[in-house]
Amino acid sequence: MNVLHYVNAFFSNDAYWQGYDGIPTRVSEHLGYTLEALALAALIGLPVGLVTGHYGRGGNALSLIATAARALPTFGLLVLMTMLIGFGMLPVMIPLVVLAVPPILVTTYEAMRSVDPSPVDAARGMGMNEAGILLRVELPVALPMILGGLRSAAIQIVSTATIAAYVSLGGLGRYIVDGLYQRDYEKVVGGATLVAALALATLALFWALGRLTVSAGVRRSN
Amino acid sequence: MIRIDSVTKRYPDGTVAVDRLSLEIPDRAITVLVGPSGCGKTTTLRMINRMVEPSEGTISIDGRDTRQQPVNTLRRSMGYVIQNAGLFQHRTIVDNIATVPRLLGWSKDRARARARELMERVGLDASLARRYPYQLSGGQQQRVGVARALASDPPVLLMDEPFSAVDPVVRKGLQDELLRIQDELGKTIVFVTHDIDEAVKLGTMVAVLRTGGRLAQFAPPAELLTNPADAFVEDFLGADRGIRRLSFFSSAGLELLTAPIVAVDASAEQIAARATEDVPYLLVTGLDGRPLGWSEPGALTAGQVDTGRLLPCGRPFAAGRDSLRAALDCAVLSPTGWAVAVDGEGRAAGVVSQAAIGEAIRGAHANDTTGTTGFAGAPDLAAVQKAAR
Ligand SMILES: Nc1ncnc2c1ncn2[C@@H]1O[C@H](COP(=O)(O)OP(=O)(O)OP(=O)(O)O)[C@@H](O)[C@H]1O
Ligand SMILES: [Mg+2]
Repeated sequence: MNVLHYVNAFFSNDAYWQGYDGIPTRVSEHLGYTLEALALAALIGLPVGLVTGHYGRGGNALSLIATAARALPTFGLLVLMTMLIGFGMLPVMIPLVVLAVPPILVTTYEAMRSVDPSPVDAARGMGMNEAGILLRVELPVALPMILGGLRSAAIQIVSTATIAAYVSLGGLGRYIVDGLYQRDYEKVVGGATLVAALALATLALFWALGRLTVSAGVRRSN
Repeated sequence: MIRIDSVTKRYPDGTVAVDRLSLEIPDRAITVLVGPSGCGKTTTLRMINRMVEPSEGTISIDGRDTRQQPVNTLRRSMGYVIQNAGLFQHRTIVDNIATVPRLLGWSKDRARARARELMERVGLDASLARRYPYQLSGGQQQRVGVARALASDPPVLLMDEPFSAVDPVVRKGLQDELLRIQDELGKTIVFVTHDIDEAVKLGTMVAVLRTGGRLAQFAPPAELLTNPADAFVEDFLGADRGIRRLSFFSSAGLELLTAPIVAVDASAEQIAARATEDVPYLLVTGLDGRPLGWSEPGALTAGQVDTGRLLPCGRPFAAGRDSLRAALDCAVLSPTGWAVAVDGEGRAAGVVSQAAIGEAIRGAHANDTTGTTGFAGAPDLAAVQKAAR
């Protein structure tokens, strides 16, 4: 019995294509958690990274916070949050967001810092205000790196969102957790394969996003 | 007029970059700030558009303190060009140039139309409009930088070593282009460089700064070369300032001899008649009047001169338009010691000996008034200077 056999068996089983435990439901739950966590993390990480990067201050504090956040065990945090808050969406979101903020924050800060200072100087000398410089001079150039940070955050969330299943929520983690419990390896392997496929899809999505949003002038000159 | 009034800049770390500097920068002229590295040129320039705030003193434009208006309004009224152009790599050339008009609220179409107009003005081919900065050479990028600074037609242009990152040939092209644009537009330009030759070539007025941010001398370039204020300025001007100063004297006063010129099909009588005691060589010209080369009279065959055996006449100078420096250079480089002058069409206008040029130089020095007239004489000087380039 090899892994491919499990994969094949899982995906050709009609039972997995319908109902509340079917692949479409689990995938969309998983995507829901991922998008929510990523949006929250970006909402925190992007503005803070952009502003601190633009002014070049607070870099040390940022990396300190980021290192601390990285040191927190995600699963431990989940257990702790569930004990404190009880079952629900919030105790799952907190560890996922804590996981995703550091890569977004740190890369955004670094991306802004690595922008060539001379166009910024020229823009300021032409009378552009700070918000204009940040959004129209620095951000377009820093964008590839910022997208890179978002991408690694997204991939980490996709693979880690499986923990939601431990606190009786849905998502692809259900297959893995239930499969392990039931010693149903077809289910475990099927779930893991789906997670991997989602991670690959995320990569593809960010590649397309880069093509759409990054100026040809920036893409080629780097 | 931009007036810098006993301005001092002390950076937070205690460095005094500019020390009680006072300058009156004339309108519609190029004022060059020159001096060794770290003498405070950039700091001075950036205090004009308040990229750096003076610690003491005031800077005013047409009598109005620059601090009286919002800083971005002030900056939008001044073009700003920096060393490596500082183009926005995510924007096309035309959109780079359109930046300030867009900031001023022009419509996209109008700003782009204006940008295309400026591309032509600075000598950029229209086909470059949709390109990105990485697709341009350094010299082209610098032209874009100049066009971008000119886009909203500001009265003042601040330029910080704009041409120092390109090779000498491209730099000369950019300098000539700037002078041509300045002839057409008449901006008030403050130009920073550490290259004294560039300062002398471009400046209507030149301010030499010394380390520590103090003014060493402020004068038109010819006066600077004639009367350096002190040993520092003299040293900074370099060893050949006497030769360079000749750039400011016109060759118009030179007496050109036409006697020693023969056409390529000259007859034996013509050759014999032209060959006199004090002219050891004859200049042979083609049927179109262009100089071909020198020859001893005896070596010429009447009717059809063998042009392959002529001594080269080198590069001629333009009679009246070139400076005495150019004339002297031609004479020094000529194998016969005689310089060839040509007219606007490149036809030989006459020849002149080193001795005659030397005489003209002595005469020019004797008549020279630049040492005493100061800035009042500058417009004339600028004309001579232009003619001399
Ligand atoms: N932000 C700053 N903080 C502290 N000192 C500074 C700062 N900027 C410039 N200086 C110092 O002020 C002095 C003048 O600097 P400035 O950049 O004006 O010189 P410069 O004449 O333009 O030199 P260069 O030809 O090398 O460009 C230098 O000693 C420099 O080290
Ligand atoms: Mg400088």
